[in-house]
Amino acid sequence: MSFSLTLTVNGETRAIDLDDPRVTLLDLLRERLHLTGSKKGCDRGQCGACTVLVNGRRVNSCLALAVSLDGADVLTIEGLAQGDALHPVQAAFIDHDGFQCGFCTPGQIMSAVGLIREGQAGDDPERVREGMSGNLCRCGAYIGITQAVLEAQARLAAEQGEAA
Amino acid sequence: MNRFDYVRAGSVAEAVAAAAEPGAAYLAAGTNLLDLMKGGITRPTRLVDVTHLPGLDRIESLPGGGHRVGALVRNSDLAYDAGFARAYPAVAEALLSGASAQLRNAATLAGNLMQRTRCPYFYDPASACNKRDPGAGCDARGGETRLHAVLGWSEHCIATHPSDLCVPLVALDAVVEIAGKAGSREVALDAFHRLPGDAPERETVLEPGEMIVSLRLPEDAAAFAGHSRYLKIRDRTSYAFAVVSASAALRLEGGRIGAARLALGGVALKPWRARAAEVVLAGAEPGEASFRAAADAALAEARPSGDNAFKIELARRLIVRTLTLAAAGTPERMPALPASAFADGSALHA
Repeated sequence: MSFSLTLTVNGETRAIDLDDPRVTLLDLLRERLHLTGSKKGCDRGQCGACTVLVNGRRVNSCLALAVSLDGADVLTIEGLAQGDALHPVQAAFIDHDGFQCGFCTPGQIMSAVGLIREGQAGDDPERVREGMSGNLCRCGAYIGITQAVLEAQARLAAEQGEAA
Repeated sequence: MNRFDYVRAGSVAEAVAAAAEPGAAYLAAGTNLLDLMKGGITRPTRLVDVTHLPGLDRIESLPGGGHRVGALVRNSDLAYDAGFARAYPAVAEALLSGASAQLRNAATLAGNLMQRTRCPYFYDPASACNKRDPGAGCDARGGETRLHAVLGWSEHCIATHPSDLCVPLVALDAVVEIAGKAGSREVALDAFHRLPGDAPERETVLEPGEMIVSLRLPEDAAAFAGHSRYLKIRDRTSYAFAVVSASAALRLEGGRIGAARLALGGVALKPWRARAAEVVLAGAEPGEASFRAAADAALAEARPSGDNAFKIELARRLIVRTLTLAAAGTPERMPALPASAFADGSALHA
């Protein structure tokens, strides 16, 4: 039996046929759409390396069935930059050394984008740390990650202020 | 290859009919179910996807007071709903102390009630577990029992219910609204989860095919809003299940406790309402003496199920702390570290 669904992935609408409904969003992205930026760390929702935005909200793509997300809008790390211009969160991770090996980084960055959109942490480092606790970094780059999120948050808030 | 079937229900009636057959499971966000399926702990032969059902994602303020929350409301949407959080601040605090932001954005209200225990022996297919395989025995007995029950357990199962959200909900007399083939019914949340007894595989009072459609907070629940807290002791500061948690809600009248609600998490296979403690508190003067007496009453029946006697004293102390902070007043803003038992979470990083 085949299962059909439509997803908008990084702005592009994709019609997808699945032969098995037990395909997670993460496996769909990596194995079928060849978007390997989202990482499979634990595959159990514990590490956050697979974080993407679904309808603008950060989720663990390893714990979502693709077929259940029919009609959703998905943003992955591959869709974040505008051409060669990095997203402010990406740029801030580079400026603050928010990584070492880089494996958790796509998930950290997508989680940070989601955190800033949620608007609950503001400029409070304690709230940023708490809000990022679903993303593990085994290299221990947390200090740089927190600084990067705070700087990106400030820059995006300033840009929004200018646009208003 | 095992037979496997996916059904997207178009209505509650369709969902209930599709889920009544043996081996069927409801799928909402799947944050717990997919994890269990990947581990081979549960092997449903049919998933009934209810995520597209209309109308179950609403938070309604009821005309006579109280709120109705749809089964599919996401944890984060409930926690950040300003009207809901103002009326039931301990519920919002419990929600925000659970899981991670990613999981809270996906996980639903009904899924939270239906989540399975995180007992590591339940999660390990190589271990004996009466919940997973009725009659097989319980390898948790005599094993690592830090997260296991001290109240309401039986020799067949010493697991705990892992929910934070259910703890303040049970304290506030929440009611589960259920649809089934025979029609609708409602059950007090306190009576929804079953203690293990000799049938730990039966975790709730739901009959095959029955589905949670919503949860109702009664009209008097918001009267505790000014003095409500949820505190949680965990092995790391964030993103961990409770070793012990407590929710306290007080109505203070003329320097005395007019009414008190108290419930515990991490101590039993259900969110544990501490009614004996509420009786001790009613009419008493708020303070250490009455709070200690309440804590003793709450844990009077407790006994260790293994190497976890420390949880009984930990629960007593947490009750005193939670009652003390509740009496001091609900914080105006959600603490940076929700449910932290430490007054100033930032001290942890000093």
